[in-house]
Amino acid sequence: MPVPLGYYLGLAAIIFTVGVIGVLVRRNAIIILMSIELMLNGANLTLVAFSVHLQELSGQVFVFLVMTVAAAEAAVGLAIIVMIFRNRESVNVDNLNIMKW
Amino acid sequence: MLDKVWLVLLFPLLGFLLNGLFGWKFKRGLINLIACGSVGLSFLVSLGVFLDLLKLAPEARHFEKVLFPWVVSGSFKTAFSFLVDPLSALMILVVSGVAFLIHIYSTGYMHDDPGYVRYFSYLNLFTFSMLLLVLADNLLLMYIGWEAVGLCSYLLIGFWYEKKSAADAGKKAFIVNRIGDFGFALGIMLTFVIFGTVYFTPILERAPEVLQYGGAAATAITLLLFLGAVGKSAQIPLYVWLPDAMEGPTPVSALIHAATMVTAGIYMVARLSALFLMAPVSMLVVAIVGGVTALYAASIGLMQNDIKRVLAYSTISQLGYMFLACGVGAFGAGIFHLMTHAFFKALLFLCAGSVMHALAGELNIQKMGGLKKHMPVTYWTFLMGTLAIAGIPGFSGFFSKDEIIWKAFSSAQGHFLLWFLGAAGALMTAFYMFRLLFLTFHGKSRLTPELEKRAHESPNKMTVPLIILAVLAVIGGYVGIPHLLGGGNRIEKFLEPSFGQVSKAVETHHSGGVELLMMIISVLIALGGVYLAYTFYIKKTELPKKLAERYRSIYTLIYNKYYVDEIYNAVIVQPLKFFAIICWRFFDVIVIDGSANGLAKLVGLIGNLIRRFETGYVRNYALGFVVGVVIILGYFMLR
Amino acid sequence: MVTAAFIIFGLAAIVSAIMVISFRNPMASAIALIVTLCSIAGLFAIMGATFVAALQVIVYAGAIMVLFLFVIMLLNLKRDEFGPEKRKIQRTLGIILGLLLVLEVGIFIQAGLGDFGPSPAGDKGSFTSITELSSLLFTKYLFAFEVTSLLLLVAIVGAVILAKKKL
Repeated sequence: MPVPLGYYLGLAAIIFTVGVIGVLVRRNAIIILMSIELMLNGANLTLVAFSVHLQELSGQVFVFLVMTVAAAEAAVGLAIIVMIFRNRESVNVDNLNIMKW
Repeated sequence: MLDKVWLVLLFPLLGFLLNGLFGWKFKRGLINLIACGSVGLSFLVSLGVFLDLLKLAPEARHFEKVLFPWVVSGSFKTAFSFLVDPLSALMILVVSGVAFLIHIYSTGYMHDDPGYVRYFSYLNLFTFSMLLLVLADNLLLMYIGWEAVGLCSYLLIGFWYEKKSAADAGKKAFIVNRIGDFGFALGIMLTFVIFGTVYFTPILERAPEVLQYGGAAATAITLLLFLGAVGKSAQIPLYVWLPDAMEGPTPVSALIHAATMVTAGIYMVARLSALFLMAPVSMLVVAIVGGVTALYAASIGLMQNDIKRVLAYSTISQLGYMFLACGVGAFGAGIFHLMTHAFFKALLFLCAGSVMHALAGELNIQKMGGLKKHMPVTYWTFLMGTLAIAGIPGFSGFFSKDEIIWKAFSSAQGHFLLWFLGAAGALMTAFYMFRLLFLTFHGKSRLTPELEKRAHESPNKMTVPLIILAVLAVIGGYVGIPHLLGGGNRIEKFLEPSFGQVSKAVETHHSGGVELLMMIISVLIALGGVYLAYTFYIKKTELPKKLAERYRSIYTLIYNKYYVDEIYNAVIVQPLKFFAIICWRFFDVIVIDGSANGLAKLVGLIGNLIRRFETGYVRNYALGFVVGVVIILGYFMLR
Repeated sequence: MVTAAFIIFGLAAIVSAIMVISFRNPMASAIALIVTLCSIAGLFAIMGATFVAALQVIVYAGAIMVLFLFVIMLLNLKRDEFGPEKRKIQRTLGIILGLLLVLEVGIFIQAGLGDFGPSPAGDKGSFTSITELSSLLFTKYLFAFEVTSLLLLVAIVGAVILAKKKL
C-alpha cells in the first residue's frame, strides 16, 4: 500500500473538521445538514482506511451501517426542515430559539 | 354491666363522630336525638355500672377492664383500660348525668344558633373526654382525657369565634391550662421514673414502700401533679382563665363548671390520694392554695355585676373548698362537695342562661331586678341553688361544705386558720349569692321597657332540666348526712375503698360537742351572710353605694379583681411578648430569613450569570460541545 | 499512480468540502458536496474497497443528494439573506476551534504514525469480495443489519408524519 495510513487519517480529520466548522458557522439549516454528512464521510474514510490496513472487513460493514443511518437522518432532518420552513418561511436556525423561553 | 363500662365512652364518641362528620346533612330532630341520646345512653350505662358496683362487697368494689394494649415499649406498658371503683363510678354518674341535662337544656338555648351541629358535636366530645379522664386506670390515658378536655374547652369557649373577646378567652384558657398541663406531664414522667409504671393501682399500693414519707421524691411528684390540678381546676395563681371562659355559650359554662373540666383537678388529686398523703408539705400547699382561693375568689365575687362572672368566681371559690378538703386529707368530703357542687352550680348557670335567654343576652345584674314575676320557674330553681351553695341547712351544699369546714378544723392536718379561711369564704359566699338573687329577681325592675316586654319564662326544654337539677341540689346532700345528725355519711363510706388507708389517717379526734358547735357556727355564718345581703339589697338599697364611696380604694381594688389580669399582663405577658418580638425581629427576620433569602439570592445571582450561556440557539450549544472536545483532546495531547 | 490518484482525490475532497460550507447558495453547496462524496468514493476505490465505493456513489451521491436537491428546489431556496451575524464570536470561535481540532488530530496522527506499522496482511491490493462482506453482514452483524431496517422504517414513518401537511 503505497499511501501510508496516516495520510488517509489526516485527510479524514480535515474533512471531519470542515464539517464541524460548517455546523458552527453556517445558519442555513440545509447546509448544516450537509456539514453533518461531511463529518459522517470523514468518519467513513477512517473506517475504510483501517479496514483495509488491518485486512478486517468489519470496518466496511460499519460503513454500510453508517450510510444507512445517514440516509435515515437525512430523510428525517429534511422533513423537519420542510416543516420548519412551512411554519417560519425561513431555514435560518437563528430563528429557532424556542429552546429558551 | 361492669364489663360493658366502655360503652359509657363509646356513646358520646359515636355522637361526636356522627354529628361532627355528617351533622350538616341532618335535620334538627336527628341532631338532638344523637347528641342527647348518646349522653343519655351513656348515663344509663353509668347508672348500671354504679348499681352493679353497689351489689359487690365494699372491699371487692374494684374492677379493671382492659380494652386493648396501647403503648408497649420496653418496660413501659400502657393499655386502653378502665378502672371502675367507687370514686370513678360516682364521677361518671355525675358527669354523664349533669352533661345529659345540659345537653337537653342546650337544645332549647341554642335553637337559633347557626353553629348548632358544631356545638353539639363539641359538647359530645367534651363529655367523652371527661369520661375518659375519669375512667382511665393509668396516668397516661388520664392525660389524654385531660388534654382533650382542655382542647374542648378551647373550642367551646371560643365557640363564637367571630367575636374577638371569645376567641381571646379560648386562647387564654388554653394557654393557662398548658402551664398546668406541663406540670402534670412532668409529674407523670417523674412517677414513671420512680415507680416504673403509670397504672394507678400499683402506684397507690406501693406508694408507702417506694416513697419516703415527706421525702423529696414524694413532694416533687405531688407538687408537679398539683400544678396540673391548679391549672385545670382554676386555683390561684392559674385561675384567670375561668372568669373569661364566660365568653362561651352559657350551657358550656355550666358544663365546664359543674360536670367536666374544672373537677378534673380535684378528681386527680383524690385519685392519687395515697401519693399526696406521703407528702405532708404538698398536702399543706394544697390546703393553703385551696383555702386562700376559696376566700379570695369569694371576695372578688362580692363586687361583680356580671351574673356569669359572679358564678364563675363562685366556682373558683368552691373548687378552693374542695382542694381545702383534699389538703386536709378529707378526700371523701372533697368529692362529696364536688358532686353537690356539680348539681347546684349547673343549676345556677343554667338559670343564668335562662335569664339571659329571656333578656336578649343581658348580663349586668344592675340592669335587672324584679324578674321573679316574669320567670317563676327560673326564680324558684335559682333560689334552690342559692340556698344550696350558701350552705343553708337542709340543702345539699350545707352537708358537703360543712363537712369540709369541719375537717379543715378537726383533721390531723387541719388548722384553725384553714377553718377560718373556709368560714370567712362561706360568709362571703352566702352574701354574694343572695346579692345576686336579690338584684336579679327581687326589688323594683330596672329593665329597659323593651326588655320588660320581652322577658318571658323559658321553654320546657330548658325548665325541665332546671327542675331536675333543683331537686338534686336539694336532696343531693342526703347521701352524706354526718353521723352527728343521725346520718350514716354513706357517701364517704362508699368512697372509702378508693382512698384506702387514707380515711383512717385523718380520723377525727374531737368530741361530738365541738363538731356540733362548729356546725352551729357555720350555719350562723351562712345566715349572717344572707341577712347582710338582705339589708344591703332589699331594705337599704342605698347602703352599698355609700359603703363603696367610703372605702373607695378597697372597692376599686376588688371591683377590678385585684388587678391580677393587669399584673399578669405586665409581669408575664408583656416580657414574653417583648422577648418574642426580639426573637421575631432579630433572630427570625435577620438570621433565619436573612440566611434563607441570602441563599436564594446567591443562587439567583449565579443563575443569572449562567443564564447568559443558555442562548437557546443550538449552534451555541454545539460550540460548547466542540470546545469540550478540543480541551479533552488537548489534555491527552499534553499529558 | 496510486499516490497521484490519492493526491488528486484528496485535494478535490478537501477543496469541495470547504466549498460546501462557504457557498451562500445552497444549490451550489449541494453540487460541491456531490464532488466531495465522489472524491471520497474514489479514495475508497484506490484503497481497494470497491463495494463501499460503489455504495458511496449510489447511496450518497445518488439517493441522499437527490433528496437534498429535491428539498432545496421544493423550498425554492436562494442565496442566504439572513443579514449580518449577530454573534461574531460564534463564527470566529468556530473557525479557530476547527483549526485547533485539525492541529490536535494531526499531532496525534503524527505521533502515532509509526505505531500503525505495516499492514499485517501486507499489500495484496483489492481484498474485498462482495461475498465475504455479505457473509459477514448476514452472520456476525445480522442483528445490527436487522435493526437498521427498523431504523429505516422509523425514519420513513417519521419523515412522512413530519412533512405531510394533513394526515
